[in-house]
Order: sequence, then C-alpha cells, then structure tokens
Amino acid sequence: MILNEQSIAEIREKMVKYPRRKSAILPALTVAYRQIGHLNEDLYGEISKIIEIPVVEIAEAASFYTMFPKHPVGKYLIQVCHNISCALLGADGLVRYLEKKLEIRKGETTPDNLFTLITVECLGSCSTAPMMQINDRYYENLTREKVDTILDELRKQA
Amino acid sequence: MEKRVLFKHIDDPEQVTVKGYVSNGGYRAWEKALKSMKPADVIDEVKRSGLRGRGGAGFPAGLKWSFVPKGSPRPSYLICNADESEPGTCKDRELMECDPHGVIEGIAIAAYAIGSHISFIYIRGEFGGPIRAMERAIEEAYAKGYLGRNIFGSGYDLELIAHTGGGAYICGEETALLNSLEGERGMSRIRPPFPAVEGLYACPTVVNNVETLSTVPHIINNGAAWYTSMGTEKSPGTKIFSLSGHVNKPANYELELGTPLSYLINDLGGGISGGHRLKAIIPGGSSTPFLLPGQIETPLDYESLTEAGSMLGSGGVIVVHDKTCIVWVIERLIHFYRHESCGKCTPCREGTGWLEQLISRIERGEGTPGDLEKIDSICDNIMGRTICPLGDAAVMPIQSTLRLFRDEWQYHIDHKSCLVKSEFEFA
Ligand SMILES: Cc1cc2nc3c(=O)[nH]c(=O)nc-3n(C[C@H](O)[C@H](O)[C@H](O)COP(=O)(O)O)c2cc1C
Ligand code: FES
Repeated sequence: MILNEQSIAEIREKMVKYPRRKSAILPALTVAYRQIGHLNEDLYGEISKIIEIPVVEIAEAASFYTMFPKHPVGKYLIQVCHNISCALLGADGLVRYLEKKLEIRKGETTPDNLFTLITVECLGSCSTAPMMQINDRYYENLTREKVDTILDELRKQA
Repeated sequence: MEKRVLFKHIDDPEQVTVKGYVSNGGYRAWEKALKSMKPADVIDEVKRSGLRGRGGAGFPAGLKWSFVPKGSPRPSYLICNADESEPGTCKDRELMECDPHGVIEGIAIAAYAIGSHISFIYIRGEFGGPIRAMERAIEEAYAKGYLGRNIFGSGYDLELIAHTGGGAYICGEETALLNSLEGERGMSRIRPPFPAVEGLYACPTVVNNVETLSTVPHIINNGAAWYTSMGTEKSPGTKIFSLSGHVNKPANYELELGTPLSYLINDLGGGISGGHRLKAIIPGGSSTPFLLPGQIETPLDYESLTEAGSMLGSGGVIVVHDKTCIVWVIERLIHFYRHESCGKCTPCREGTGWLEQLISRIERGEGTPGDLEKIDSICDNIMGRTICPLGDAAVMPIQSTLRLFRDEWQYHIDHKSCLVKSEFEFA
C-alpha cells in the first residue's frame, strides 16, 4: 500500500458521510494527493478497494481534475496565477523572476526536487494580485522582495 | 459609502469562532426560523426581500426555493456553491475565511426552507484557508447543536457536508457541480430537468452561491422590508464587489446596489494606478462584456449594467488602464475558457479552441486579413448554442472588445504588433 493508515482512515470517514459512495471519489483523491503530492494508477487501485468503486471510474474522474498532478512534482509546487487580474499586475514578470531565481523554466522541477514551477488559472485572490500558491498556502500581493523571503524560508524548512 | 451588512463583523478576528459569532448576534436567525417560522414563511420572506442570486445569474432566491416540489417522497438537497473561480472574483473566499458561521447559518435556513436534511458546501479544492475555516466552523456548529439532530429542540435534523473540488472552473456551473459531487467528471447537464426538480442523485436540489446564502440570516433577522430599503427597487440590498486590476486600492467592498461604478473605482479604489488613465472596465467577472470610461457613472445594479451592455455577474470588477493591449487581455481570457471547457458540447469545445488559435496568432503578430470576421463568426456560432453558459461566458468579452476596440484589433493584424504596448512590470 502507498496510502498510509491515516489516509485510509480519513477516506473511510469521509466515505460514510455521503448518501452514495461514489461521491467519495473526489474526497479520496484529495486525501491521496495530500499524502503523496500527485496521483497515479496505483493510487486509483488502492482507492478503488477502499471505497468499492471500479478503478476505471476513479481514473475517469481523476483525469478530469487538473488540480492533482499526475506525475511526481517537487516538494514545493509553486503555482503562479497567470489569469487576468494577476497578469495586469505583472504575473508574467513574476513567473520570469521565479524562473531566474530557481534556474528552471515553467513546467520544470529543480534538480534537488525542491521546487516545481507551473502557472494556473484564477485562484480567487484577484484583489491581492499578483499571487501564487505553494502547496496549499496562498502568497499574495507579491513583490520581488517577498518572493526572495518566501523561497529562502522554504529552503530552510526543507 | 460602503454599506456593510455581510461585512459588518468582517474585521473582527473573533467572528470566525462560534463564540464570537454568537456574541455578534449570530445563529439568532436560525433559531427564529426554526422556532417561529414555517418553511413557507421563510421562502415568503426571502421572496419579498427580492434577494437575487450572487453567483452570476441573478435569479431570485426565494423563487428558486419555491420550485422544490412539496411533499415529494424523495429527499431534497441544499448545496452551497463555494467553487468561486470566475476570474476577478474573490468575495466568497473572504466570507468563508472570515465569517464561516454566517455561511453555515445561511445554508441551514435555506435547507429548512426547502425541507432538506442533508446539505453540502462545495468548496474549490485550492482554497486551503477557506476549507480549514469552514471545516472548523462546521465542527463547532455541530458541537453547539446548530447542526445535527433535533436542532434547538425543534425536532429538525440537518447534516452539512464540506466537499472539496479538484480545480475546475466548470464545476461552479450548477449542473457540472452536481456531476462532480456525484463522483463523475464535472460536465454540465442539459436542462430541463432543472436541479430543483431533478438535481443531486436525481432528487430535488437547490444550488445557491455563498454570498446569496450569507445574506439570508440578515433578512430573517431584520425582515424583507429592511432589506428592500437598501439598493434599488429591482436590485434590492447590498452586494460585495471584488475590485482588482489597475486601481490603487484593490479589495472587496460591500455596497448598496445602485452605487455608481465611479464611486467604487475612484472613491474607494483610489483611482487608476500608476498615474495612468482608464481604458476599460470588466464589471461582473471575466465573463461579462467590457465597459468604456464614459460609462463609469453606471449604477452597479442588475438592470443598469444590462442596459449599459454588460452584466452584474459575480461582481468582479476588473479595471484596465490605457497602457494595456486589448488583444493581450483577450488572449489571456480565451486561453482560460479553452482550458476550462468541459468538452461535452461541440460548439464550446471546438469553438474555444479555434478562438484561442486565432487570437494567439493575432497577438503574436501573425494575424491575417479576415481573422476578425472569422472570430465574429465563431462567436456567433457558440453564443446561445451550448449546453451550459460557459460558451457564452467565453464569447461575450470577445464580442464586446471587437465592437468597442475594433480598430485596435485591426491594427494588430495590419501592423503585426500592438497599438498600445502593455506596460506593467512585476515590482
Ligand atoms: C461556467 C460557469 C461557472 C460558474 N461558477 C460559479 C461559481 O464559481 N460560484 C457560483 O456561485 N456560481 C457559479 N456559476 C453560477 C451557477 O451555475 C449558479 O447559477 C449559481 O451557483 C446559483 O446560485 P445563486 O442563484 O445564489 O447565484 C457558474 C456558472 C457558469 C456557467
Ligand atoms: S486572476 Fe489571479 S487570483 Fe484571480
């Protein structure tokens, strides 16, 4: 098993809340993603056994939802919003700045597997643009200075 | 002036806790509804308040609730739509993060009104903060007996399940949301049947936006007459506007409906940033047609914005200054809609793809004569011909700029470059 006891317990706990078991697919995928950092076929198989839904239905749903990476990513997944409100406040410049600092291009992961940089659509943080999400935290009203501090702190934590 | 009804306690850090919420007058409306009102009375009060849906379509809330068949043997469901992902919109996030019990109280009263004993809040998956705030608040509400069994000793039971999404804009569209909640791919459904008759698990279902539901406790507490004393005759009450883009003070502001756009942008928002001039305004989230600087006195209400050629939508007001290339703005938007089209119906799936190709080509300086006419024609063939309004949402901003800024589009094709070079750097 790739899923740990805690994740399995969490999936079971969520599953029984719903009037129909199939509704637990998305919550289960979320739990798996939170533990592993991405999704794959092995995880679909494990989820299928826990919630007793055919694996094909799990895979079918999973492939629709872009929030879950389908291949391994760095420890910190940096997602820069490049939609309109952020773009008007320099989101493209933010991406270029991150590319330069991390010495990778958009879509890539640093060789130490610490950071993956991608762009995403509006994250509902438009009045505090430009912004990025790293794992499940939002960083808003970004400036070069703030980005420097954030990356330094994450490197220290890692 | 800002008119804070939903935002009355938004700056109070205690408001997120059940204790703080209750000491600020919270859960009194829920008690009042359960103890002294019949479901039909609640519906009637909300109908008379004129409250309209804040998720984008502006449908009267009380009327929607009244469509749920009475005495049906099947259960009914109330779903709070917290998928907030219309570009330019960030109000539901603030409500959930700073006033989660207000959302719960609204859900509870609406659930009672339609006779639902199981309710859901569908929160977009990226919203880590709001998800944590809502989950914590739901737990507290259960512990205090505001949710669960025999609430306030009334015999009424209500479950509330927090469900999180997977990062798909389309799942904010109510029928796609239903599919997503059922564990399917988030693709929209053909209507009719409407959700009120056949929604979640083919049972009667009401879907309402976070802001819509958060308003309900205030109406129950203070009455419909109080609510209609604010705003305009046809657009009563207050609305939260997310102000973003090229303004000095972007933020969420709650205003009486009917307040002029200029007040939001200039008085509250501190005017256009960088000493530039206003070029265009997208008043209701990225899916709504653009307005020109000359329209800045337009009152922010459903009717006036429709009359001005746009829509109130979700209330996401995006401000664009004059050092911005309009083709570049539209390329950003069409990339989004193409990416978010669920792919179920052909006009939207193929049409948004063709539009993205054409528009990107023009933006790159590779446009050819006739491209604008092609875009016109594709837009006409999407508009009104798709299963859900995502197609219309993609097309409306494009069509409006082709009308308002056609010379700029034409220049881009003729000169293979921008008429206005975009000037905004990352600070
Ligand atoms: C593409 C698309 C995306 C939508 N996204 C949202 C959303 O994120 N939140 C929301 O409340 N309504 C959204 N809506 C509107 C819903 O379909 C629905 O009208 C609304 O949730 C009803 O609630 P209301 O009557 O309280 O506004 C969207 C509609 C479309 C067509
Ligand atoms: S446009 Fe970036 S958060 Fe909305």
